[in-house]
Amino acid sequence: MAAPQRKTDIGPPHYKEYLPPVIQKNFGDWKYHQIINPGLMVHVANSGDKIWTVRVASPRLLSTDTIRDIADIAEKYCGGYVRFTTRNNIEFLVSEEKNIEPLINELKSKHYMIGGIGSGVSNIVHTQGWIHCHSAAVDASALVKVIMDEFADYFTTKQTPNKVRFAVACCTNMCGAVHCSDIAYVGIHRKIPRIDHDNIKNMCEVPSTVACCPTNAISPDPAKKSLKINADKCMYCGNCYSVCPALPIADPENDGVAIVVGGKVGSLRSNPKFSKLVVPFIKNNPPKWPEVVEATKKIFNAYMAGANKHERVGEWVERIGWEKFFKVTGLPFTFQHIDDFTIARETFRTAATFKW
Amino acid sequence: MPKKYETPMLDELEKGPFPSFVTEMKKAAAKSDMAADALGQLERCFKDNRTHWKHGGIVGVRGYGGGVIGRYSDLPEEFPDVAHFHTVRINSIAGLFYKSSFLKEMCDIWDKYGSGLTNFHGSTGDLVLLGTKTDTLESIFAEFSSRGWDLGGSGSAMRTPSCCVGPARCEWANIDTLDITYATTQEFQDEMHRPAFPYKFKFKTVGCAVDCNAAIARADCSIIGTWKGKIEINQDEVANYAKSGMNIQTEIVNLCPSKCMSYDGKTLSINDDDCVRCMHCISRMTKALKPTGEKGASILIGSKAPFVIGATLSWVIVPFMKMEPPYTEFFDLVRKMWEWWDEHGKNRERIGELIIRRGMREFLEYIGVDPMPQQVKEPRRDPFYFWKEEDLAK
Repeated sequence: MAAPQRKTDIGPPHYKEYLPPVIQKNFGDWKYHQIINPGLMVHVANSGDKIWTVRVASPRLLSTDTIRDIADIAEKYCGGYVRFTTRNNIEFLVSEEKNIEPLINELKSKHYMIGGIGSGVSNIVHTQGWIHCHSAAVDASALVKVIMDEFADYFTTKQTPNKVRFAVACCTNMCGAVHCSDIAYVGIHRKIPRIDHDNIKNMCEVPSTVACCPTNAISPDPAKKSLKINADKCMYCGNCYSVCPALPIADPENDGVAIVVGGKVGSLRSNPKFSKLVVPFIKNNPPKWPEVVEATKKIFNAYMAGANKHERVGEWVERIGWEKFFKVTGLPFTFQHIDDFTIARETFRTAATFKW
Repeated sequence: MPKKYETPMLDELEKGPFPSFVTEMKKAAAKSDMAADALGQLERCFKDNRTHWKHGGIVGVRGYGGGVIGRYSDLPEEFPDVAHFHTVRINSIAGLFYKSSFLKEMCDIWDKYGSGLTNFHGSTGDLVLLGTKTDTLESIFAEFSSRGWDLGGSGSAMRTPSCCVGPARCEWANIDTLDITYATTQEFQDEMHRPAFPYKFKFKTVGCAVDCNAAIARADCSIIGTWKGKIEINQDEVANYAKSGMNIQTEIVNLCPSKCMSYDGKTLSINDDDCVRCMHCISRMTKALKPTGEKGASILIGSKAPFVIGATLSWVIVPFMKMEPPYTEFFDLVRKMWEWWDEHGKNRERIGELIIRRGMREFLEYIGVDPMPQQVKEPRRDPFYFWKEEDLAK
């Protein structure tokens, strides 16, 4: 059978067609919401109408079998209406209160993980990793899986002083807001790219490859019709590999994970913050990266022990000071922690007021 | 029957309470040769401690320069069904709402033409179809577009705009984030499908400063809902929060960043002139506190991940803009910004990087926005600044 007639430049369907009737009716007229438990919240409109949301975890990578199951469940209890959050959770939108309990029972019987609302650990924002990316220095989905398994109770039942937002980026390209997360992981290389001189002239544009380097470490090598890399300037970001496939940088012996903490995107109480480096490198150890989980537990446990109510990780660290953060977590402080990139001098301590 | 691979390393990641991506891949692998080889190759990546994907080539659908990302295996002989394994980005619905009927239709199309693997959603917010071959792309596009769905953005183009849940299900939304996202997507279809910019350009719209879509951290243009009136206080509800165990002094008043609140044990007061609209008090006492007055958005520019000059957060360009259909003022501003960026931007230079390179003055003058203290944290510390002839004449 021939494919149907294509159309171009139509954009997505209008969102109104996809909103449950109770949302269409009360659009922009909500009065308040209440978190009943980490898996269930209710929004109440000025009209008195209510909509309940049941949230479940998702690995983001979904098979069509699972999507059909989600659709079946939504049809049974939600009039077919379901949405996803920006953190890849699934939200079942329930208009009739009597459907909440049977929905939750069915989700439980099918081993969906219910939770993620309020002050706890929600789903992890992450990138493609080894599943589908050429520049990944680490897998992403596996890190998400082992971290979420470790902190699962904080998704389903237990509370934290405030939200703890994890993120994973499989290389420094950071496809996702890793640079502003409470605790985040980023794939790191530690050796300069290898130069495939034979292929540079076929596969790469020399000027754009030279221009893409953040530290000006790349220069043309006219004699070889190729490129040179100044090893003293290269900090292994891999941007050149994205521009020029003849500069491979993946290295099973030297690739791994850095951990950055203390970022946030909301403006509540304090302005949005970048995440800062606390663990410069942990060697890749698939399939379960146990050393990454252990280092994360040190950070998470110190936060749980030290933070005041409503403090995000970054707010807690700023209150106690970074010198104390390294003390209470026991994480070693190294040369890699001291910035020497574009904003380095802004990070030096220009006062003698610090803690022992 | 698709080929079956031994996956001892990945099998470890099927244990534990969090839903497993490996289980998802196995479900797809039972039905699709492509998914089976994707699973086999992934086990190989875990064994070899490295990725086995190669760079994308140029693939796509007729008339479009984006929406499909080429992906190829570097082990095509070993895993022939992922020799091509391209990604198709479908422009998602504003707010990421779905109906079961569409999800099922989508699954039928994708099982027919692709691997059966998806991402709900990609980081930018597209519905991502993960893994298909070059010769099926036109059919996939025809199936989706004939049903009213289009491709998303990729490459040096406007990327699929996205937003928080907004007025659809949130009492804090100061603007209609869904409508702004839908209208922006429709207004700039050409800029999305035919990459002509120096580099990518992302819009993210959120209803308030809680920023549930990380607009301030990952959008070239961050639209953040805000207001210009008082916060209305329901003192009975304040009393209810106190009664239910909230320590209003330590949990609310003491955490106010601009110290504009006070509480005498009975009555909560706010000096609205000093409020910076951070959303802490409102988010913790949603029944008691409600912004009133004029609603609109702050327009910020420039956030991005670390390449090339280091990560940036968006900074304020227009402190307040009414955001009402048909959004003429906003779209005119966007066109001006793009014009300037087009004129001066280098290949792979984001608009924020260009502003940093050439200076805020040139940018603001071009787009016709006056200098305002709201645009900076503090005035400059150095004495090195330019004067133009027109400044001297003043």
